[in-house]
Amino acid sequence: MTTTTTTPGPVGRVRNAARANWLFIALGAVAAVSLVRILTDTNDLTSVGTIRAAIIATCPILMAGLGGLWAERAGVVNIGLEGQMVLGTWGAAFFTYHSGSPWVGILGAALLGMIGGLLHAIATVTFGVDHIVSGVAINLIGVGATTYLAEATFTDLEGGGPRQLIGLPTPTTIDHIPGISGPAADLADKHWFFISDIASFVAAMTTKISLLSLVIFALVVASGWILWKTSFGLRLRSCGENPQAAETLGVNVYLYKYVAVLISGAMAGIGGGFLALVASSGFSTNQTNGRGYIGLAAMIFGNWRPGGLLAGALTFGYTDSLRLRDTHAVHSLLLLVAVALIAITVLRIVRKQIAGAVAMAVPGAALLVWFLSTDSVPRDFTSMTPYVTTLFVLALGTQRLRMPAADGRPYRKGSAG
Amino acid sequence: MKSFNPRAIGLALLGPAIAIVASVLVTTLVIAAVGSSPGDFWSTMFDFPKPRSRVDIINQTAMIYTAAVAAAIGFRMGLFNIGLEGQYTLASYAAAAFAGGAYLSGFANVFVSLLIAVAVGAAWSAIAGILKTTRGVSEVISTIMLNSIAITLVGYLLNKYGVHEGNTVHTTRIDLVSGWTPFENRDGEIWTLVIIAVLAGVGFWVLLNKTRFGFDLRASGQSETVAKASGVNPHRMIITAMALSGGVAGLIWMPALFGKATNFGLGTTFQAGLGFLGIAVALLGRNRPIGMLFGALLFAYLSVKSNDLTFATNVSPSIVQITQGVAVLAVVVAYEVVRRWRARLEQRVVAQELGTATEATA
Repeated sequence: MTTTTTTPGPVGRVRNAARANWLFIALGAVAAVSLVRILTDTNDLTSVGTIRAAIIATCPILMAGLGGLWAERAGVVNIGLEGQMVLGTWGAAFFTYHSGSPWVGILGAALLGMIGGLLHAIATVTFGVDHIVSGVAINLIGVGATTYLAEATFTDLEGGGPRQLIGLPTPTTIDHIPGISGPAADLADKHWFFISDIASFVAAMTTKISLLSLVIFALVVASGWILWKTSFGLRLRSCGENPQAAETLGVNVYLYKYVAVLISGAMAGIGGGFLALVASSGFSTNQTNGRGYIGLAAMIFGNWRPGGLLAGALTFGYTDSLRLRDTHAVHSLLLLVAVALIAITVLRIVRKQIAGAVAMAVPGAALLVWFLSTDSVPRDFTSMTPYVTTLFVLALGTQRLRMPAADGRPYRKGSAG
Repeated sequence: MKSFNPRAIGLALLGPAIAIVASVLVTTLVIAAVGSSPGDFWSTMFDFPKPRSRVDIINQTAMIYTAAVAAAIGFRMGLFNIGLEGQYTLASYAAAAFAGGAYLSGFANVFVSLLIAVAVGAAWSAIAGILKTTRGVSEVISTIMLNSIAITLVGYLLNKYGVHEGNTVHTTRIDLVSGWTPFENRDGEIWTLVIIAVLAGVGFWVLLNKTRFGFDLRASGQSETVAKASGVNPHRMIITAMALSGGVAGLIWMPALFGKATNFGLGTTFQAGLGFLGIAVALLGRNRPIGMLFGALLFAYLSVKSNDLTFATNVSPSIVQITQGVAVLAVVVAYEVVRRWRARLEQRVVAQELGTATEATA
């Protein structure tokens, strides 16, 4: 998608159709979950509590993914998200403790993430180091620096220790929105098909939700708008698609790449800040636990687009939250995935794509047998879900995914000649 | 650069030299910034290690070096096997579980366990290779995903089939293979299977420099199209190289299992993180057998020696993680700077020679 036009030409029509498709897929997914909930009588699948936990699990993944989106749209692969995120956890705790304000803490988290981003930008943009190599090094530095800094700065604090800092003030929580929260919760309790599930989502979004979660969702919208609707965004994306062409048009490619990677680091850092201040009771070492990588996976799952990224992060966040709740809920999800795979099989048979149909039918049947022969899923398997899903999506959909054309390629100033 | 050329050697050593200066500087600054004494830190670190530490350094060097060789096999071909961590975790569990089963005795048990480690590591990394060749999935992303899957899978298998003792769970205990005690008994022993690292290093050198496969591997790393034109099957090369890399990765922790650990327990006996250290050391040593040896020795020295910090200074041992990370980042940047500089130097030399040639003919 190299166009930003919304005028109703052929391209505009395709874009609108794609947007409508996303809406249908989202509604279809909700309907399917709702059907499974009623069939298997597991109301916890879409209870307000589950959705609330899902939103909390989604936010850090979303921020890491958004960080990946900014960097990769400018052509820089950022494997260092994990390191930048973990730096953010320390930054949030340190600045919150010393300023007393969680919002200063979030700025601190962004700052620390940005330092990680700056290192990555210097190595990859200025010196042309391989992006993966630099990212791996930044993850090492990030984890090492956080462990060391925590031991050096939190050990003697009140509520602190060499590996943690608890009792920090948290960002404002919106208790409820009059006129929406109450009715939505009532409607959710009726357990009606589809309507209650939507109501449950509305209730979770308006009751006891951290203001920071809302800020994060707003950041996704803002990023999409900046990257696709402004000339700044167009120029930034042109550096990821064809930096030589951008250079001939007078775009300062190095500058745009630097800005993109700095924003990327800041986003990942805020994700880390969310983990320390909202998702848990305080800072602890190695808190990110691979979420930077899941964010990267969510971005690829979402085809380097903000909407797709949101869908990916919500899927991973949802499965992550179910892991902590009812094991029966996860068991009923097996049925959902099995039904989905069998539906795709039927679709492929209709389209006479026999190889594709077999590839879907086998795991579909296996999941169905698994569902029918057991009553619960071991928790370990649930926590694998994001990773296995990503592998599946990549294996089945790589041909359909399109990353920025010059993503990860070295670029040197003046190479356009 | 076949002949002895002081400038070429100087340029080759310039990269590591810049990296060491940078990591020393950053480490000193970080220590000073939090108000500790960098002087205490460096004097403790440069103290000659005690016999016990010397034994530990050799054992750790061996494991880190094996990991570095595993990473380098992929890197030399342009494949980023970020999945060493998962491969050796799964392989170590499988080998420990088999060895604990005591189906065989004595030497045969150890040998077959090692084979199982290689097979499991190779199979797990081959998944990434197959996904890359058949479906075009980047090995970077797939190995990262496979890392997390492997570690969760091991947790599940261990919980289900392991021996539960209090709060911990591990595989059945095995008999150790006695090692070599260079100092007093209390100073510990150098594990027998440290020999794996020696074999891996020599094997890697022979494979790269003396076999057709090694030539094909390096050719594919330089240019896939050239390799293809000269008759290399790129798909088979990718899968073989990934499997080989994973197979070697399977052996990383084996010296410790049969030398000291006796069982596999996540968070207890098993030493995690060696895979990432191996990647770092491969980068530090530019994927060369000798370069990686120095890198492994440096990293092992830093890790083991940092334990002295707890009682000699108020600097936390985790500071060496920063030193290690900065060293890797600095070294890759320095190599790139030196490479650009050398290219410009060569261009100038060529221009000069051409210039004189033109004058001579004129």
